[in-house]
Amino acid sequence: MDRRNFLDSTLKTGLAIGSIMAVNPVGTLLAGQTDYDLVAVKGGNPDAMFDKAIASLGGMKRYVKQGQTVVVKPNIGWDVTPERAGNTNPLLVKRIIEHCYNAGAKKVYVFDNTCDNWEKCYTNSGIERAVKDAGGRIVSGSNENKYHEVEVKYGKVLTKAKVHELILESNVFINVPILKHHSSAKLTISMKNLMGIVWDRRFWHSHNLHQCIADMATWRKPDLNIVDAYNVLRKNGPRGVSKADVENMKSLLISKDMVVIDAAATKLFGMEPDDIPYIKIAHDMKVGNKDLSKLNINRIKM
Amino acid sequence: MKLAHLKIVRVVVSLVFFLLTGLLFLGISDLSQRFADLILILQFIPSFLHFLIKPFHVAGGFILIIILTVLFGRVYCSTICPLGTFLDIIIFIKSKIFKKKKFKFKKSHNILRYSILAITGISLIFGTVLIVNLFDPYSNFGRIFSNFVRPLYITINNVFASVLEDSDFALKPLFFKGWKAEILLYPIIFIIVVTWLSVKHGRLYCNTICPVGSLLGLFSKLSLFKIVINTSSCKQCGLCEKACKAECICNDTMEVDFSRCVSCFNCFRACNLNGFKYKFSYSPKNVILPTETDISKRNFIFTTSAFVFGLFSGLLAQTKTIIVTKASTIRENKKNEVLPPGAKSFEHFTSKCTACHLCVSICCNQVLQPSFFELGAASIMQPRMDYHIGFCNYECNDCSKVCPTGAILPVDLSYKKRIQLGKSKFIKDNCIVITEKTECGACSEHCPTKAVKMVPYKGLFLPEVKEKICIGCGACEFACPTMPYKAIYVEGNPVHVTADKPEEKQYILNVTGKQLQQNALKNKMEKIKQEQDTKQKDDFPF
Repeated sequence: MDRRNFLDSTLKTGLAIGSIMAVNPVGTLLAGQTDYDLVAVKGGNPDAMFDKAIASLGGMKRYVKQGQTVVVKPNIGWDVTPERAGNTNPLLVKRIIEHCYNAGAKKVYVFDNTCDNWEKCYTNSGIERAVKDAGGRIVSGSNENKYHEVEVKYGKVLTKAKVHELILESNVFINVPILKHHSSAKLTISMKNLMGIVWDRRFWHSHNLHQCIADMATWRKPDLNIVDAYNVLRKNGPRGVSKADVENMKSLLISKDMVVIDAAATKLFGMEPDDIPYIKIAHDMKVGNKDLSKLNINRIKM
Repeated sequence: MKLAHLKIVRVVVSLVFFLLTGLLFLGISDLSQRFADLILILQFIPSFLHFLIKPFHVAGGFILIIILTVLFGRVYCSTICPLGTFLDIIIFIKSKIFKKKKFKFKKSHNILRYSILAITGISLIFGTVLIVNLFDPYSNFGRIFSNFVRPLYITINNVFASVLEDSDFALKPLFFKGWKAEILLYPIIFIIVVTWLSVKHGRLYCNTICPVGSLLGLFSKLSLFKIVINTSSCKQCGLCEKACKAECICNDTMEVDFSRCVSCFNCFRACNLNGFKYKFSYSPKNVILPTETDISKRNFIFTTSAFVFGLFSGLLAQTKTIIVTKASTIRENKKNEVLPPGAKSFEHFTSKCTACHLCVSICCNQVLQPSFFELGAASIMQPRMDYHIGFCNYECNDCSKVCPTGAILPVDLSYKKRIQLGKSKFIKDNCIVITEKTECGACSEHCPTKAVKMVPYKGLFLPEVKEKICIGCGACEFACPTMPYKAIYVEGNPVHVTADKPEEKQYILNVTGKQLQQNALKNKMEKIKQEQDTKQKDDFPF
């Protein structure tokens, strides 16, 4: 190796390391105390709980970089008001968007492929207002032209799906489900929430729903999952019939791992992860870990 | 004011009515809900039909039209009638293309026009609005706008929406569902026929086919003020005859057939010699009774009585009932179509709806779709709930707020949520849970009252319908993924009834402070709640 080669390669290595350092702040590389597998908060308002949780993970800057585009995917499936707990809490959605912008996000998009009429869902859930107040952009998820076919490489039943272009194009994908009782899937949490990023849901229902939910979870893991368990629909889910179905649980969970967060939310609801077939399937397909015993969990009470 | 200026007034007023009425049909729901009543109050047929249901309803707008006609003739036809203005626009375009073609006096087709009017009246006697639906100018205009102009508007909106997508002026993308060829058949034929008639003979449709035009024509024979030729100043130059869209001015005899005059005032404008005037018809000198009058008087009495008779028999006919029949298995066997909340009953709805498609235009889920023969041949084009295209949004009663004829009566939202339009029928052998042996539950998921519940079945969960609390919204039918037949469908109620309230058992932990103070039992529950709360707050279950 001559001197020129040496200089050249050293320079390249240096650049490579430098750029890695630039992209990943020291905190990520040196997994310290902030690197929890799961953060669980109890006892506060949705926005306050999120502030605590994200701070304990080292702030939104770890997930959203300067100039990036972010897509936040709450559950806005139903034309019901926030206290009915059919949709993600608007206060939480608003706070997440604010954190994204503070971290330097260029644009924050919000959408869902709703079950009821999308305009009514967006308005009555309070989410459209919350997104606009936070400076985010709310996009209709009811336009089939915006969905593009992707291959689900590790899917067993669901091998391809049409996914909304915001999920395909955005730099950061934040999944914000609400924890609810669900008449078909038993519980809807983070993996089930991905049903709202695809166009054709009837296929899932007619081809082994639980397997399809797990299959989709193998496709792209959200950069962050935030489970809203402030108001929780205990029965008659996913739509709910009246306020009598709702319990004020004042909880919030954050994790990068959908299986971890779904398992924890299931326990919070009072069930066991193994009661929910798709959590079991996803664990077996190595999407994540349903066993919470060995994880680094930060439990915060407010 | 010079009489010639009346034409400008007429053009302005007619365009205002035309645009406002058209706007209602673009599907901008909020706007239509707020202004439909106000804008459509003067539409003759809808207000007449609404009057049959509620005689003292504001919908008595048709009486105002009759009064106006008895005073000044068929002013309605050139100002308020949106189809009239639509034809005027065609005539205007034609006059720009074929500049040399002018109008010429034609004898009236009395037999044809009074026959159609009589048939319309008689058809009402038999409780069918079919003839009205086919010829009513307002409803035909509505169908043209709803089926052709609305999709055009949506397309244009969507082009702009995609262009402005990321800007601050972003428009909402809109969607259009369910364009079926057979439903467009009649509107297309109608457009071709009226365009051809208008290009050839001006307002021939209004003077020969339109039952509203013919009826008002009869009333205009009684008008206090009529347009006549001022014989002292007229030089018989013929300009007025050439300008008359109704082809009702005869230059040779210097007579105006006022029953066909649509009060467009083109003649006033065309005449340079002050050759026209509004004349009070009942001054003793001027009572002219041509031989034709006797016939038209007879016609008047005959057709008016036919209308009145139709009115009452239409009301009586509503009491008929249809027996609900049970559905068969496997093939969904819908015996009765589902009608929108507020439609009351099959009889009420089909005997009042003129198929203007205003409700179709504004339905948020576009579940309201024009029918072809689904409601019966006599109900062609009247809307029905098409649960393969959408379902009735639980929190919505928009259609009941806009219907101008009262076919869909106003219902408040809290009541609407209890109206049972039909009952869900489950076809077990079609269900995914049985055929594929996997979980599904799409039907139960969408059900707003949880009338469709999942119950344990061989280690899985199978839907079960509680008909008493089912409101027939069709969410289950729409969501059901089975093909080609659904495993759950809604059998329409020929007469809408009230469903039971969905169960509201308080979840034990969700008890608010106010209720707790009410009795000791609830106080006990509070203690349990507090205990559980503190227990839950302190510990995470993981």
